[in-house]
Amino acid sequence: MLLSLMIFIPLLGMVAVLLLPRESEELIKRVALLFTLIPLALAVYLFISYDRSNGGTQYAVNAPWIPAFNIQYHIGIDGLSVTLLLLTALLGPICVIASWRNIEKGIKAYMALFLLLETGMIGFFAALDLFLFYVFFELTLLPMYFLIGVWGGPRREYAAIKFFLYTLFGSVLMLVAMIAVYLNSGDPGARTFDIPTLITLAATAGHALNDLNFQIWVFLGFFIGFAVKVPIFPFHTWLPDAHVEAPTAISVILAGILLKMGTYGLVRINMAMFPQGLDHFTNGVGFWGNSLALLGFINIVYGSFCALAQTDFKKLVAYSSIGHMGFVILGLAARNDSGITGAILQMFNHGVISAMLFLLVGVLYDRAHHREINGFGGLGTRMPIYTGITTLAFMASLGLPGLSGFVGEALSLLGAYDKFKLLTILSTIGIVVGAAYFLWTLQRVFLGTLNPKYEALPEINGREILTLVPLGILTIVLGVWPNFAIDMFRESVTNLIDVIQAI
Amino acid sequence: MQPLSNIKSLLYFSPEILLVIFAVAVVLLDLIVKDRESVAVAYISLVGCLCTFAAVLFTHFSFGDEGPVSLFLGMVRLDVFSSFFKVLLLLATAATILFSLRSEELDARLKGEYYALLLAITLGMFLMASSTNLLMIFISLETVSLTSYILAGFLTHSPRSSEAAFKYITYGAVASGTMLFGLSLLFGMTGTGDLAQIGGRLTELLASGEVAPLAVLIAITFVLAGVGYKIASVPFHMWSPDVYEGAPIPITAFLSVASKSAGFALFIRFFYAGFGNTELMQAVDWPFMLAIVSALTMTVGNLAALPQQNVKRLLAYSSIAHGGYLLMGGVLLTSQGVGAILFYLVVYLFMNLGAFYVVVLIANEVGSEMVDGYRGLSSRAPLVAWAMVIFLVSLAGIPPFAGFFGKWILFTAVLEQGYYWLALVGLLNSVVSLYYYARIVKAMFFEDAGEETESVPFSTGTFALLSVFVIPTIFIGFINIFYTFSNISASVMPIQ
Repeated sequence: MLLSLMIFIPLLGMVAVLLLPRESEELIKRVALLFTLIPLALAVYLFISYDRSNGGTQYAVNAPWIPAFNIQYHIGIDGLSVTLLLLTALLGPICVIASWRNIEKGIKAYMALFLLLETGMIGFFAALDLFLFYVFFELTLLPMYFLIGVWGGPRREYAAIKFFLYTLFGSVLMLVAMIAVYLNSGDPGARTFDIPTLITLAATAGHALNDLNFQIWVFLGFFIGFAVKVPIFPFHTWLPDAHVEAPTAISVILAGILLKMGTYGLVRINMAMFPQGLDHFTNGVGFWGNSLALLGFINIVYGSFCALAQTDFKKLVAYSSIGHMGFVILGLAARNDSGITGAILQMFNHGVISAMLFLLVGVLYDRAHHREINGFGGLGTRMPIYTGITTLAFMASLGLPGLSGFVGEALSLLGAYDKFKLLTILSTIGIVVGAAYFLWTLQRVFLGTLNPKYEALPEINGREILTLVPLGILTIVLGVWPNFAIDMFRESVTNLIDVIQAI
Repeated sequence: MQPLSNIKSLLYFSPEILLVIFAVAVVLLDLIVKDRESVAVAYISLVGCLCTFAAVLFTHFSFGDEGPVSLFLGMVRLDVFSSFFKVLLLLATAATILFSLRSEELDARLKGEYYALLLAITLGMFLMASSTNLLMIFISLETVSLTSYILAGFLTHSPRSSEAAFKYITYGAVASGTMLFGLSLLFGMTGTGDLAQIGGRLTELLASGEVAPLAVLIAITFVLAGVGYKIASVPFHMWSPDVYEGAPIPITAFLSVASKSAGFALFIRFFYAGFGNTELMQAVDWPFMLAIVSALTMTVGNLAALPQQNVKRLLAYSSIAHGGYLLMGGVLLTSQGVGAILFYLVVYLFMNLGAFYVVVLIANEVGSEMVDGYRGLSSRAPLVAWAMVIFLVSLAGIPPFAGFFGKWILFTAVLEQGYYWLALVGLLNSVVSLYYYARIVKAMFFEDAGEETESVPFSTGTFALLSVFVIPTIFIGFINIFYTFSNISASVMPIQ
């Protein structure tokens, strides 16, 4: 019930916003903020009250939805989903506050779409029925398309449709795989979309879902669907465009949550449901056995080098996202305790850190109206607070020990080293390059002589600091006390490894 | 059970009789009413639809224990399947009448004829959905075709409309001629016009070697020309973009939904009841042929829609593509396949008619049918623009709208029969289709209107009618009753 409330309160907020008159902009923003704060409160409550000693799925709701196809409204949370729900709910109000001043037209439609997007994201992380999972997955597409296309930068139309088409392409392959799983789950009448049931069936020897060949194909179908979202090379080209054109708050959601939907899907569906398919792509034998790790490696190195070459601040952060998501893939490919734990932690950390980075880019853009890294210089003297927070975010992102980025990446690499020694060693290049482009950017933007054009640049204001502080605190807390998050999903990881090793 | 005699059948034929009565009444009323602005004839036609609807329900429920009945010595069949289509067609007709009331392009002097023809074409479609005899099939098809030629050319002042009608007739004549030849071959081979007997006879003849499989294949292909022409499947689709572009918008909407639905009713009954038995299909693999046609239809429709600048023409190609999706269900010969077609047709009715209604509104207010005319609509008429988004996104098959649920049931049925390649072609096509639907959305939301920025006024009635299409497009997928459509198909499934 609590979980259902959390999913549908933003939807209710959307209706409320739509009913308000278009002129009362302040009221619309406040209502939107209220309807994102409620899910945050609920998420915090769920995070605290989730029974860690018992683990497993809690707060489950299971009601028939479309009985003719045995589709259920089945939602519930385990440690993994509650962690990501907390991230989603936290970024909700932050994005509303970040949009407070810099959305000039159509604030009503903007907030309504944003709330719809939040429903899609929360529902996605809570869904335990494959069909419901897919519907929520797709529900995020349409609002995102409009949010980029209407409120984005100069090339917004191109970026919006590219995002939409790429993701839809992935999802239709996922849809085929999903229907195939449904059709093979039993005799007509006994088929199911229920994820826990399907996981059990897929682990039952002799069942149609347990067939290696079948698992490989559906694994691929789901994988491509999620890979577009993550994004994994070579499906990544939509991401820099979408990020550069999207308004600040939407970039935050895109990097913070939408990318996590891809990796969450990989963990929830690909790894748990198709362990034999997973084994085929990660057993370390031959080309296919190394393929997933290889993709992770390519993401890390390719993303980092691309970031190094960028002169657009936002594009740099976008490419660094591709690099950092590579660590998640590498950690998952290792499919051992530290690898998966590291990957999940990296998902959460990247959500926090990249959100900070995009907010910071937005702050600068709102003032200078461009993002050309070489066009700045010496801002450290003009904007000391801003410089301080940016440095914190950069350090966290490049993996400075003591800040959160380090723990996730270190654990991922540690897990991966067990299995893919060469690839892991080569992947560390990404960390070095990561340090290079962040430090170089720091130098070009904040150090040196102040560009006279920006002598009057105002310091970061209270509202902007308000959006950054909770994220900054999280990076520090998770850096020194990662168990705060790891404890939550340790149980989920153990269960997952049990499933994987049972084959 | 035995077919009913002609006299006894009349009671069960009351919906069709009512349509005839009202069509005549419309013509007579038009003679009496002198006022050119009067909309009395339109309302009489609406009342006609309502009465016919009641009669459909009455006849459907009054056959009760007798089960499906055969009327007029086996010419026409009254079963759940035909009742379903009658309701669907009446909805489309009623919507078209309401659209026509709002449309400003129709000639006020010809109102009487216009509405009488609409009722007449509905009668023809009723018969298409229920005919079980080769002769009746051809007559019903011709009734619909001839009437639609006139309706397509109804804009007397527009050369485009005349061109549309002329093209329609030319293509139509060739298609029906071909089909008639196919029908005569079938009759010649089997000596019967009754669909229920043709399949059995053909199987015997094939088994005994009296008839070559090639002859049957030729007959089926020729019949397909007529049916394929009605549902605008490749390669018989070429008429539809020109006709859709030239015809009055309400008629375009009507043709794209009702004509297609009736075509599918005929298609399913003809192929399932006539050629659905296994031995026959082993000799003549028509489902495979149809699978190819289906894949081509959706691909050609979607690719051709990509560069279109005229919204009507774009929607014409999109409706060709949707015909291709629907055909997938026809390939399967399962009750799930038929159920999926029926469900999709209901969904398609609402979303496509809704989209055309917006086209009518914009043509009235902005005076343009081009994509460019939709620029900046989000600020000038936000509600209409959002309604259009819902229709288009639903047509593209994106959750949570009804179009997604329709596609999903269809693709589940296709995959269940192991047609993986066909499902993949269909799904990739729906990705392609998103691009051209999004072009309209882009014009409405991402582009400025230029000088014209004042908001476009719409009446409450307009919004009420719009919501009649928007609400089902959002919610049909969530209603369980629609998922039981595969039960309806039982009455047309071949006896194995």
